[in-house]
Amino acid sequence: MLELRNVVKSYEGKPLLTDISFTVAEGETVCLLGASGSGKSTILRMIAGLDFPERGAILLNNLDLAGTPPHLRDFGLVFQDYGLFPHLNVFDNIAFGLRMKSIKHKGHEVHKGEIDRRVYELLEQVNLVGFDSRKVTDLSGGEQQRVALARALAPSPRLLMFDEPLGALDRSLKEDLLNEIRGILHKTKIPAIYVTHDQEEAFTIADRILVLHEGTIIRDAAPSEIWRDPQFAAVAKLLGIGNIIEAEMILENKVKTVFGTFNLNCVKNAGEKLQLLIQQPPSLSGERRGGEVIEQIQLTVEDILFKQDQFQVKARGAVLSESKGGLVIHMKEAPKVGDVITVQVQVKCLS
Amino acid sequence: MRLSSALSTKIRSCLSANSRILLWIPALIFLLSTFFFPLSKILALTFNFSTLTDLDNLLIARNSLLFTFYQAILSTLLTFVLGLPSAVLFSKFNFPGKSLLRALTAVPFMLPTVVVAAAFNSLLGERGLLATTFDLRLSTFDLQPSIFNFLLILAAHTFYNTSIVIRIVGNAISRLDPKLEASARSLGADTFHVWKDVIFPILRPSLLAAALLVFMFDFTSFGVILLLGGSQFATLEVEIYIRALQLPNLNLAALLSVIQLMFTLIFSILYSRTINQVQTQTAPRFSTARPPKTIQEKLFVTTLCLLLSAFFLLPLLSLPIRSLTRLEADRGQRDQVQYGFTADYYEELFINRRGSLFYVPPVQAALNSLGFAVITVILSLALGYPAAYALAKPTRLEKILDPFLMLPLGASAVMMGLGFILSFGRLIASPFFIPIAHTLIALPFVIRTLQPALASIPERLRQVASTLGASPFRVWQTVDLPILSRATLSAATFAFTVSLGEFGATLLITRPEYPTIPIAISRFLSQPGGLNYGQAMAMATVLMLLTTLSILLIEKLRFNNAGEL
Repeated sequence: MLELRNVVKSYEGKPLLTDISFTVAEGETVCLLGASGSGKSTILRMIAGLDFPERGAILLNNLDLAGTPPHLRDFGLVFQDYGLFPHLNVFDNIAFGLRMKSIKHKGHEVHKGEIDRRVYELLEQVNLVGFDSRKVTDLSGGEQQRVALARALAPSPRLLMFDEPLGALDRSLKEDLLNEIRGILHKTKIPAIYVTHDQEEAFTIADRILVLHEGTIIRDAAPSEIWRDPQFAAVAKLLGIGNIIEAEMILENKVKTVFGTFNLNCVKNAGEKLQLLIQQPPSLSGERRGGEVIEQIQLTVEDILFKQDQFQVKARGAVLSESKGGLVIHMKEAPKVGDVITVQVQVKCLS
Repeated sequence: MRLSSALSTKIRSCLSANSRILLWIPALIFLLSTFFFPLSKILALTFNFSTLTDLDNLLIARNSLLFTFYQAILSTLLTFVLGLPSAVLFSKFNFPGKSLLRALTAVPFMLPTVVVAAAFNSLLGERGLLATTFDLRLSTFDLQPSIFNFLLILAAHTFYNTSIVIRIVGNAISRLDPKLEASARSLGADTFHVWKDVIFPILRPSLLAAALLVFMFDFTSFGVILLLGGSQFATLEVEIYIRALQLPNLNLAALLSVIQLMFTLIFSILYSRTINQVQTQTAPRFSTARPPKTIQEKLFVTTLCLLLSAFFLLPLLSLPIRSLTRLEADRGQRDQVQYGFTADYYEELFINRRGSLFYVPPVQAALNSLGFAVITVILSLALGYPAAYALAKPTRLEKILDPFLMLPLGASAVMMGLGFILSFGRLIASPFFIPIAHTLIALPFVIRTLQPALASIPERLRQVASTLGASPFRVWQTVDLPILSRATLSAATFAFTVSLGEFGATLLITRPEYPTIPIAISRFLSQPGGLNYGQAMAMATVLMLLTTLSILLIEKLRFNNAGEL
């Protein structure tokens, strides 16, 4: 099990990571989500041993890794722009880690036949059979990323780290490769940290999602749990969950918004500004917590977009017509522009 | 109807093919008569029975070849000793004054050999600043003069070529993706294997290309060796000069030229192969240079900056200083040493003394140089323009002809001078052969500067301009002219600079009546006396200033990477 304990790091004199703690269990895939520049890659670099925390510790199975140089950690890295060795062909790129392993463990050398066998096994796993003698510089982006994946997998690492691995690829390729990575991670049971800013990727691949915001992990939960209850405006924004609206606490139990006033207790003082999450309620409404309420609101339809089996409707509050900002909701039947519609929404406090 | 139009198209294309040949004719005739004809004379003289069976000749050739290799290898090594850390410095670190220091290291590359030789002499020579002001002489270090001179040669070669290592290797280092090292480390490679299996193999083509280019320049170096070392340092080039003029043995001179040409061609081919490998590597994504952080890094940056500044600035500064300073006794007044600033050496340039080295006042050399340079500019543009125009959109035949135009680059200036002596005999007493030789040297550069500019004028721009209502003249004026005028001025300045500083070929074909600035400097340097020495310094200073102005002009006008060979 990998554990980060109160890790602190600054970048060019400014605090970047103020307090990072999380764990990755055996066989688990953890997604690290955050805006660009939030320090996601720095966390990976520190785990890999390429950078050092200023305070705090990184432990593997309760052993502090501080004294272990990167080449003795047995962690695999996959970068967005692949980082393949341009002077080596596909085979030698994949075999690199195995050869290094052979050099490190004198007396337990990996034999040439074994290296060959392992490389061909991996080529098959990443669907690159027959590519072994190709130059890596002649490959497409997707193929290069498959080679990078195979190269990281080859020495059977104790942990795999992905740094926005699909960021440079186009959409259809992204989906294919994402499913392949998922399959491989499930099969090999290698624990993995997957860094991305793409919520779709995160929801597809993660057993658990960590949201990094302003130097700390503000949310650490399973994808379904986060989707149901993002808790923070930053999390909802990053993951594209629901609509975020501005509100003001007017009484202990009342919040005022441009869509009306709701009976909601958001643990704030009267007069304080806050943000609310407006979602369409799930068809099977589960148990309700405090700080969340189902309300009916009236909206004026502004724009309608056909989306596969439903309509995406942009609308603004019907009560205060000059109100800024609208909502996006989904409907089975298309309304007309200018219609005033009544919809049931779930309103949650955000912090 | 259709047949006749097809026929007329064919006739037109034939005509244009014929008229295209006209574009080639001037340059081709010029090269045939001034390069290939002399080359054939040299080859004929080399491959005859008496040359190849003369054991003395072969022995001298072997010795000078060995010595040429010896000094070139040592010079290349020394250049790398300074160049590699500098390449790391410029590609890995940011520090105040970085671009200025980088420009400073590139200045010597364009300076004439006589200027560099005079600059080193002004600093470290027997009459140099260190010797005369601090009494730092050979005796202080207990060094043999020959060893001291040899060290001077190596230093001057390093001075010349360090910028090549900085440019080629430094670019390769800054192109290195830091993720490669991160990947290698996470895959289990320790520092040694990161260097051995990843970084070094990726840098290898650049290291090799830089080494080959530096070696090639050191191998063909002439002016620096002759002026700083003297004729006891018999490299191939120096030996050719000696056997052409001082101890005439034209058969041997021809043999040495052929050996020289052969090796230069081999190195050129090897170089162009390795530089192609360098270019196929991935392009830079972002600069990884950063300010130095650790104490070791700061120490490295500071020390190297100081060392580079001293090494490149001191010779360039000491030359003008020495040209304005009186530091030793006048003739016949050994005990009365007069120190202080003086403009005497400059004034003396305008006086035609009896028993002076020339029949004319030294300033005449400057006028000659300027005249030759102007003729060179006109000739090389007149010959180069049509050829560059044809090469801008070359036919298959023209692609084959292209290397022939570039071949003179492989021949050394001394060899060209020898070829002139062999081919034109007494005719070279005419001063017109000097600008012809200079044109021969400048022409490949001129073509390589004009060609990309001519090729780059986009047809679409012309089309757009005419659809917007521009008349053909207006199109030419707004589209073609701005691009061409820059390239033309750049090529002209290039030819001008080459002519102004040319030493090797001029030395072989010049007559005392028509000295050029470099020839005058070399004569002054080879004569005894403080006044001669001072005049050499003064003239070298003038030449340095003229060349520096030209370099600045070329840099300002440079069209993309035009003129890089």
